[in-house]
Formats: sequence, C-alpha cells, structure tokens
Amino acid sequence: MIEARQLKKSFGSQLVLTDVDLRIETGESVVIIGRSGGGKSVLLKLLIGLLQPDAGEVLVDGAPITRMNERQLLRVRRKFGMVFQGAALFDSMTVAENVAFGLYRHEHLTAGEVARRVAATLEMVDLPGTQKKKPAELSGGMRKRVGLARAIIYEPQFVLYDEPTTGLDPIASDSIDQLIIRVRDQLKVTSVVVTHDMRSARRVGNHVFMLHNKRVYAHGTPEELFTSRDAVVRQFIDGVADAKDIELL
Amino acid sequence: MAAGLLLFHHMNFFGETWIGVWLTGLGRLAMMTRDAVGSCLTFKASRRDLLYQIYFIGIKSQAVVLVTGAFTGMVLTAQTYFQFHKVKMDTATLAVVSVSMCDELGPVLTALMVAGRVGAAIAAELGTMRVTEQIDALRTLATHPIDYLVVPRLLASMLALPLLTVESIVLGIGSGYLVGSQLLGIDPVYLWCNMLKYTGDIDIVFGLVKSFVYGGIIALIGCYKGLSCGMGAEGVGRATTEAVVYSSITILIANFFLTLVLQRLFVLLS
Repeated sequence: MIEARQLKKSFGSQLVLTDVDLRIETGESVVIIGRSGGGKSVLLKLLIGLLQPDAGEVLVDGAPITRMNERQLLRVRRKFGMVFQGAALFDSMTVAENVAFGLYRHEHLTAGEVARRVAATLEMVDLPGTQKKKPAELSGGMRKRVGLARAIIYEPQFVLYDEPTTGLDPIASDSIDQLIIRVRDQLKVTSVVVTHDMRSARRVGNHVFMLHNKRVYAHGTPEELFTSRDAVVRQFIDGVADAKDIELL
Repeated sequence: MAAGLLLFHHMNFFGETWIGVWLTGLGRLAMMTRDAVGSCLTFKASRRDLLYQIYFIGIKSQAVVLVTGAFTGMVLTAQTYFQFHKVKMDTATLAVVSVSMCDELGPVLTALMVAGRVGAAIAAELGTMRVTEQIDALRTLATHPIDYLVVPRLLASMLALPLLTVESIVLGIGSGYLVGSQLLGIDPVYLWCNMLKYTGDIDIVFGLVKSFVYGGIIALIGCYKGLSCGMGAEGVGRATTEAVVYSSITILIANFFLTLVLQRLFVLLS
C-alpha cells in the first residue's frame, strides 16, 4: 500500500502541490489525471522517493520513505518499477542490456537464465527478437514497451507509469493500455498511471484521482468521475477550454 | 522573533548571491566526494564499467597526451638551451627539462589536456543522462548513481592519470634529448648524465602524487557538473564548459598548494 499524507512540494517560489492526500491499496489500478503542468509527474516522483516533499510524508507498506536517505530508499525502490514519459532507456546499451539491467545489478543469475527471462519479458510486451537493437532504432511505442519490460522484469509490487501514451498514435496508445492491463492482471501488481488521456484513464483505472489547483480535487471510480456534474471535472473530462485558457495560449 | 526573521531574510539573500551559490555547490561537491569515497571503499563498482572507463580515459587519451608531452619537452629544451648557452651551461639543459617535466609540466599539462577531453565528455554524458531522465531511471532500478556512474570514472581517472603522466614525462625528456643532441649540437653523453645526476626519485614521486590528485579532481568535477546540470541542451552545454573551466582552474590552484605541501613533507621526512 502507498499512502501520501499532506504532501507539499514547490520548486523555488513556485508551489506545485499542497495538502495532497491519497491512498493506493495493494492490487489497485490507480489513475492520476490533471492538466499539463499540474504536478502529476511530480506526485509520481514523490511516491517513489525521486523527489523529497517540502512537507508531509509518503508511506510504502507502512514505512515512511520521506525520512530515508538515498541508500535506504534504494531498498524500498526494489518494490517499484517505473515507466518514464520518454522511456529513459540507457542509450549506450542494447534492448537486452536495458531490460536485464535490474537483474544484473541485484540478482545473481547465470547469463543463460538472464537471457531466458529477458526473452520472456520481451515476449510479454510484444517485442520478441529485439534484444540486439539499440534504443535509437526503436519507435516511440516500442521504446515505451522496452521501458515497461525493464520495469517489470524483476516482478515489482508496484508499477508507476508516467504519461505512458503521450506522443503515441491512437492505435499505439490502445496497445499500451492493453499492455498495462495485461501486466496488472498477469503479475498482480499495483499500478499507478499518470495521464491526461481520458480514454486511457477510463480503460486502465479502477480508481481515479484528479489534481486541480495543486490539490486532489476529486477522486472515485472512473464511472463516478466521468458522470460527475462538477463544473471543473466536467470541463477537464470534456476537454473544453474557457476564455482564460485561450488567453493563456 | 523579528531578529530571527531578519536573520532568515539575510541568510536567504546570502544564499542567492554568487558566493552563496558557489558555497552551496562546493558543499554538494564535498558530499558527493564523501559518498564516492565511501562507495570506493566498499567496492560497489562493477569491474566491467571500471575497465571500460580505464579504456576511455587512459587508452583514448594517449594521442593528445603524447603530442603534448613531446612538444613541451622539445620547446623547453630549445628555450633552456638559448639561455644556458649564454653562460656556457649547455649540458645542464636536459636536467632542467627533466626536473620541470617530472615536477610540474608533466602532471599539470597532462591533467589539463585530460580535463579538456575527459572532463568535458563525462559532464556531457552524465548531463544528457540527467535531462533524459536516465539518472532517475537508474535510481528507480535501485542503483545509486554514485556507485554506477561516479565511482568507475573516479577510480579510472585516478589510475590512468599517473600512467599518462609518466608517458608524457618520458616522451618530453626523450624528445628534449633528441632536440638537444641532434638539433642544437649539445654533447649527448654530458646531456644525459647531467639529466640523471640532477633528477631525483623524489621528483618522479611528486609528479605521480600530483597526477593522482588531478585525476580525482577531473572525474569529480566532471561528474558533479553532469549530475547537477540544468535542463535542456543549454544546461548540458553549460555543464560541459564549466566542467573544463573549473577542473582546469582547480588543477592550477591545487598544483601550487601541492608543491608547497609535498616539499615541506619531503624536508620533514628526509
């Protein structure tokens, strides 16, 4: 279980999040939605300890990670896998080396066993036979799949996705959504997906948190949020810009 | 309360001035150095990464270091000869070249050349990894960036710099000998014997100790600048430039203090 209590984060004088409370139960598939620049990715990084909050705390399975130093955090992070917006693949390595990175660093397996697990994981993300390719040779969708393979190969408890469908065409987005659902169901992981793609949010989430004005503005099941009559929620879900938004452009 | 607020305001103001920013950077560099030394002592670096860095820093820097050493030795020999010839001390020329190359020019010029090549490359590579979230990816894969990125570069640089310096010194003295004996017409036997007579083991030890320290300076400043670089292409460019400038300046300043400290130590121990 991941729990955030009264989280506050600012960069310089710019406040990004304040009074953020959320609770993610084991096995849940949580989606965090909100406008671009609204602090969704920052929240995700706070949950895994990549950023430290200015106030408040994050508990992972009851352990307060906000009081840990980087070396203590490394042990907690072995429970996590994270898929980055731009995939963040190590560009000097091949696909196989990228995917096997966690295994090589933390598990004492034979080269044959590592190769077998890499092949099985790449098969799971529909990229069989790509072991020898370099990240530069892959399309955006393929890179995200490799990023997902790298995140799940050591079978983490929690998988965090930072805007997994951003920059992909609708068909590639759909296949990534199906992959997130497949990983959730087959590996029984807790998923946390940050997105502003409403179709994707509806499909992969069983609990949705909406960030607005630096806070959790609304949360509930996808059905509850998508049928909400609240003006702010409606505006975001329907994707309607008001006069102020147009001025900002 | 009011006094506390005033103090806080002043501290905040101080933190935003260039000296505050500089001191903050120095503190962060010191903390990174402490982490890296701690990690070196517990052998967390992978042997494969270490070997690759030795290849990149040591083997790939050969050409630039050898050319620098050779031409420095040659020009130093010529200049020394032009002055010494006036007082009939031609045969002492190579001794001056040798002591200068071992104590100062060998370690400093090698370090400056490696800072330009390797310091810039380290800062650019780590800076690019930072802006493309590869450093964050490492951390999510339960890998400390210090163990995986800094330690192999630090160890490789501290190992490679003394070896490169020895090469540079040998080539500097060798090329100086050839210029002196073949081009300037100095008696080759006296030239060589005087060089051996006036160059002590301690000169070589000083050079090696200095180059070991410079290796650490280059790797640490390069890694620090890369890991703390600003966002975007501009941030990477700035980090690269600063890595070269700061490591070069630090090497020159450290050279002065190291010379004083090592000389004093030598006097105390002998």
